[in-house]
Amino acid sequence: MPAMTESLLTMTAITQLLTSTMRTTAPVLLAAVGGLYSDRSGVLSIGLEGYMLGGAFGGFVGAYYSGNLWIGLLAAMIAGALLALLYAYFAVTLGVSQAVAGTGLVMLAAGGTGFLNRVLFRSSGDFVRITPFQPVAIPGLSQIPVVGQIFFNQNVLVYLAFLLVPVTWFLLYRTALGLEIRSVGEHAKAADTVGLNVTLTRYGCVLVSGALAGLGGAYLSLAHANTFIEMMTAERGYMAFAIIIFGKYNPLGALGASLLFGFADAVQLKLQIAGLPIPYEFLLMLPYVLTLVAMVAAGRTVSPASLGTPYKKQ
Amino acid sequence: MYALETRGITKRFGSLVANDHITIGVRPGEVLALLGENGAGKTTLMNILYGLSRPDEGEVLVKGRPVQLRSPRQAIDLGIGMVHQHFMLVPAFSVAENVVLGMREKTGAVITKARLHESVREFSHRYHFDLDPSSRVGDLPVGLQQRVEILKSLYRGAQVLILDEPTAVLTPQETGELFKVIRHLQGEGKSVIFISHKLNEVMEISQRVTVLRLGKVQGTVNTAETDPPQLARMMIGRDLVHPARSRAETHGHPVLTIENLTVGQEGKRACANISLEVWGGEILGIAGVDGNGQKELVEAVFGVAAADSGRVILDGHELTGKGPAQAIDAGLALVPEDRQARGLVMDFSIAENLILETHRVAPFRRGMFIDDHRVGKYADAMIADFDIRASGGAGEPVSSLSGGNQQKVVLAREISRDPKALIAMKPTRGLDVGATEYVHRRLLGERARGKAILLVSTELEEVMSLSDRIAVMHRGALTGLVWPDVSQEDLGQLMTGAKTMFTATAPRGVGDS
Ligand SMILES: Nc1ncnc2c1ncn2[C@@H]1O[C@H](COP(=O)(O)OP(=O)(O)OP(=O)(O)O)[C@@H](O)[C@H]1O
Ligand SMILES: [Mg+2]
Repeated sequence: MPAMTESLLTMTAITQLLTSTMRTTAPVLLAAVGGLYSDRSGVLSIGLEGYMLGGAFGGFVGAYYSGNLWIGLLAAMIAGALLALLYAYFAVTLGVSQAVAGTGLVMLAAGGTGFLNRVLFRSSGDFVRITPFQPVAIPGLSQIPVVGQIFFNQNVLVYLAFLLVPVTWFLLYRTALGLEIRSVGEHAKAADTVGLNVTLTRYGCVLVSGALAGLGGAYLSLAHANTFIEMMTAERGYMAFAIIIFGKYNPLGALGASLLFGFADAVQLKLQIAGLPIPYEFLLMLPYVLTLVAMVAAGRTVSPASLGTPYKKQ
Repeated sequence: MYALETRGITKRFGSLVANDHITIGVRPGEVLALLGENGAGKTTLMNILYGLSRPDEGEVLVKGRPVQLRSPRQAIDLGIGMVHQHFMLVPAFSVAENVVLGMREKTGAVITKARLHESVREFSHRYHFDLDPSSRVGDLPVGLQQRVEILKSLYRGAQVLILDEPTAVLTPQETGELFKVIRHLQGEGKSVIFISHKLNEVMEISQRVTVLRLGKVQGTVNTAETDPPQLARMMIGRDLVHPARSRAETHGHPVLTIENLTVGQEGKRACANISLEVWGGEILGIAGVDGNGQKELVEAVFGVAAADSGRVILDGHELTGKGPAQAIDAGLALVPEDRQARGLVMDFSIAENLILETHRVAPFRRGMFIDDHRVGKYADAMIADFDIRASGGAGEPVSSLSGGNQQKVVLAREISRDPKALIAMKPTRGLDVGATEYVHRRLLGERARGKAILLVSTELEEVMSLSDRIAVMHRGALTGLVWPDVSQEDLGQLMTGAKTMFTATAPRGVGDS
């Protein structure tokens, strides 16, 4: 027992833990950053879980049949975006309750991917696997001790997820387009009266959220499990939805919250492998509980004023 | 040639004809006033000019050329700007962000804060607007928010500026400032369509007046050749009768007592040590420049906000530290300042809004349910009494009512609840002259029935003509308690805090008989 605890705390162990944190963070972060676009434009990103599932499955199908991981990613984005399009039709065009439409969408994605998965792959009974994304060492930077290993020796989706944070921040807070998106989420009618197209902006943002969350899902099937498993997102999409609020609708906040979740997830995995005498169900719960507790402790967040409110023109 | 004109514009909402073949025009460099009762169709017409709604018939011409206005964007591109009756600003954004929103051709795709603030500051100086580009719009007083709206239109290159009831939310001082701005724009050859219910303002600022009545143009006259009585006649189809205040009734006892009420911490007191007694059968007016603690006082009395010290007693009931529900149950009624934010649930129907505070009790409640039939009948009676104009009757959502008619719904609910004491904040804001006259008559009627009325208004004329006593507030403190025959000069000094004067500490006839 003492030896085991010791081994958890060595330098290599810590490096390993942080390296794995980056990887457990990436899928939630992709979904959270995507969801930010939707929320910021005033449309609840409650369907993230559905887009992720769609992306995980679409990505796997694309990669399996083409034999090309990149085509898999493209397929994941398309699958996520198509689901998002359906949601946008209900939430933006028809103006129905977004909580209801979003939950319905998640159910549709869960049932749909499960069904198609059985039709396409499970007839044989065996898991069909693909060769996953491999770490790509960044020349030079990956040579830095410890830091290089943690940050610069990851697969391409991890780089993408973390890169999207500053990109999204810049877009939202430093560009005219970002100002427009935020205005639509704060006060749709005011945006309309200065000549902005509220419907188009919201559709665009929801589609982006679908595509990015789709990538988050594809991470699970193409870089983590190497196959598609029913419900493999394990509520990470809902976590991303909560993480956006916890992160105060800011990409940097979402990054912090995702890292917290990812770290807890990495610790939990490590503990499972270490074989501590704790039921693994408890360990699985850890990241979710921790993130929610932190969220409650962080207190109130001011949401975009028009969030969840459909806009009707006269 | 007109800078902007309409020919035969018609707009229907179901069976209601909100605009009936309307033909108007504004010349370059001219201020055209648009007058009309609540619901006459002014805002509807302006929304059409701004591309927010499409007419069923008729056409719009810019500099003599027919144009298609399918969206605000097209109106903006044609040089039409509009400041809405209810502002269209993003409260969470800064002044600069609100001004440039949607103007990518001017800001470029990437926005640098420093450059943005610099260019907006420069632009605002051109019109002598004193606006800090970095302040958050939601934190600004309404007068400044309106400037942001005007600046927004000018930044978009507006040649014709539509101002829909711009003065309804302004203090007389701010109105004066606005008029300076309007004259400046006129000097630049820009045209203004000015909507107001205040005839003296129309006389002061406009060159011509078009009067609408029941959706039709009643006539257009040169301002120099008309007077307020004629305009009122054109608007409401009869002469205006100012209700007279009868002699003071017998006063029972103080109904609403406010004792040493203080709101806010030392150093930034919104209200400091306010003591007032409103007796049954009197109207106590509170005068003062807007923002001198009137709103905070009223909110603390009603229990919407907490007072830091002091007591509120309503007819023997202690209300100190209680919430609005208890205040309502004890018999206190409030007509709040901001009808959309506080007074109404915009998506609810007129009937639902009318019973918002009384739905829990008989006669509207039957067992667990609400008696729709009773509610409907009650709502119909209120609609008739208060002349609420709604095309769809009691079931119509409040959001589709004209601004003035929304205000009537709040008034109907509060007055007809038969409260012991009524607090009315700017009760006639946005009401046309006829409706104003009616509300004044109702307030005097409630007074005659022995109710205690606290009237907060920045309209001096309203306070002076209705009140039995006038309290004056300055920087959160009471500077005077005087009779309504106080001289303008004294009142002015009380309002600026130059002196204090307490001559009317109890209603007439109480102390000396
Ligand atoms: N979206 C709508 N649906 C149904 N009726 C409407 C709608 N918008 C306006 N109306 C009706 O059209 C009429 C004209 O309204 P409008 O807002 O133009 O009046 P207004 O002259 O601006 O009045 P106010 O002085 O009170 O602002 C009113 O009877 C109103 O109830
Ligand atoms: Mg109006």
